[in-house]
Amino acid sequence: MNALGITLTLVVFYLFSELHARKRAFYTNPVLLSIITIALILKWFGIPYGSYMDSAVILKFLLGPAVVSLAVPVYRGRGTIKAYAKEIVVGIVVGGTTAILTAFYMAKALGGSERVLLSIAPKSVTTAIAIGISGKIGGIPALTAVLVITTGLLGNAFAPELLSLFKVKDRIARGLATGVSSHGLGTARIILEDELAGAVSGLAMALNGVFTALILPYLIEVLK
Amino acid sequence: MKPYRGLAIIFGFYALGEFTSFALNLTIPGSVLGMLFLLAALLTGLLRLEWVEDEAELFIRNMSVMFIPPGVGIVSYIGLIKSQMVPISVAIVLSFLITLLITAKTVEFLRRNEG
Repeated sequence: MNALGITLTLVVFYLFSELHARKRAFYTNPVLLSIITIALILKWFGIPYGSYMDSAVILKFLLGPAVVSLAVPVYRGRGTIKAYAKEIVVGIVVGGTTAILTAFYMAKALGGSERVLLSIAPKSVTTAIAIGISGKIGGIPALTAVLVITTGLLGNAFAPELLSLFKVKDRIARGLATGVSSHGLGTARIILEDELAGAVSGLAMALNGVFTALILPYLIEVLK
Repeated sequence: MKPYRGLAIIFGFYALGEFTSFALNLTIPGSVLGMLFLLAALLTGLLRLEWVEDEAELFIRNMSVMFIPPGVGIVSYIGLIKSQMVPISVAIVLSFLITLLITAKTVEFLRRNEG
């Protein structure tokens, strides 16, 4: 095993995290900048992806236990889930299904290939779960990862403004819509403005991940 | 020895989820099943929150860096993305917008009718 991949990932991510700490904006998102930078470095130096992954695969493997760990915030939020059970269930079923169907059919209508459609369908759920779903249904996990982060950045940059523009004032509605449409990155933004909306957004993100993982593989068989 | 208890539980549930997904030939990722099993164990009182919470937080706080290696895999698909730039970008932007607004309006409607 060569240590290049993991070292490169940690160095580049550390540098962009420092930049992000100094200039907090959606366009300084350290994950997306790191992916682009490392991809360019591999291309310039002619390093095969397999050689990079030789050691970087350790980080990817840790996504599994990280998803399992999401049980802890959901367990802690069980009071909130109980208090807004009806809103959360309806919001996730409606929002989660809308996200899959709109992404799938719009890409299809514009001539997207089947592998692209399968990669784009799970784009609204948290990256770790989306990558897992993408791999299971025959999509391209790498493409899904980039699309999920891009979606999250849209929510991080614009979700609160869009909700205000469309006169959505209800805090639960704002939180649920943000978590369902733009997962952790949307949550990270809305929690700065409203703690309750942020908490609901985080729970919506985790539960929408579970909901999408449960229905998408079966739904996709019907859509294909 | 405390961290090893939490790590053993988290990895154990991941292994259990992966095994279940494989054994029953499910299309649901093993990690999601593992999360549901761990949640069930916490809710039924089989496991105590203190046994796993610090280690779970460590994983969650550091999740971002784990997305990078799978994301870098995009290098193999630059051609595909270039040729499908329009369907990909339009679907991403519009689907985000529609999902955000439909979810918000549906939940708001539900709340208003409750009084």
